[in-house]
Amino acid sequence: MIEGISIYEILTLSTVVFFIGVYGFFTRENLITILMSIELILNASALNFVVINTYLYPDFLQGTVFSIFIIAMAAAETALAIAIIINLYKLVNSVEVKDTDTLKY
Amino acid sequence: MERIVFYILALIIVVFAIASVSSRKILRAVIYLLFVLMGISGIYFMVDYSFLGAIQLAVYGGGVIVLFIFSVLLVHHVELELEVTPLRKKLIAGAVVLTGLGISLWAILTFPFQQAAAGRTIEVSDIGHKLLSVDAGGFILPFEVISVLLFAVMIGAIVIAKGKKLNK
Repeated sequence: MIEGISIYEILTLSTVVFFIGVYGFFTRENLITILMSIELILNASALNFVVINTYLYPDFLQGTVFSIFIIAMAAAETALAIAIIINLYKLVNSVEVKDTDTLKY
Repeated sequence: MERIVFYILALIIVVFAIASVSSRKILRAVIYLLFVLMGISGIYFMVDYSFLGAIQLAVYGGGVIVLFIFSVLLVHHVELELEVTPLRKKLIAGAVVLTGLGISLWAILTFPFQQAAAGRTIEVSDIGHKLLSVDAGGFILPFEVISVLLFAVMIGAIVIAKGKKLNK
């Protein structure tokens, strides 16, 4: 718990970071930068878990454990997605979203 | 004092998050993302969850960012600038995001949270006991599932990244 800071301020911060990630997800056209926006979204939600745990239920640990799981999932997802992106680059020589339409039609 | 540090951290996080989703140089965007992640780990340290802060620094600052930099350097020229997003797309995305932000903030700021009186410092051993506990409320099953997931991801990443070149 941070002295002088209420839960509303930290939740506002994490909401802002979440929606900045959503904005990046909508506007970016490169697979790597889209993946970075997803990292922002996941980080904001992990921060939410921790903050709600520490401000509302300080005697329990569920939020902390779930944040650890979120971080592990995010790392796994990033490793797999980057493997796919590198393989895709070998196939079509580009990582732009508009060029990756082989499965589309 | 802690108030000021929190506001500085929040400012760093928001500014670099915006820079990270709008920068046209992709390597700079990755470095801005690193600053955001370090700011969030700073907040973990401030709420006394040092273990999570250390995990955040090690996994994100050490692992994920290095993966991103590797992939950027493998598939892009460093000086390459990303294409400019059409203004119409930006405006639509901005409107959607601002609407969602407004609704979420309204819901958060009007909800009467009942804050607990005093927090206690979380020891690393508490987290370890909770993760490996087989009693009711323990997390041994998700812990094992995560370990299987990480193993599967390791094999999957190796198999996928080795893939053959098909256009020859």
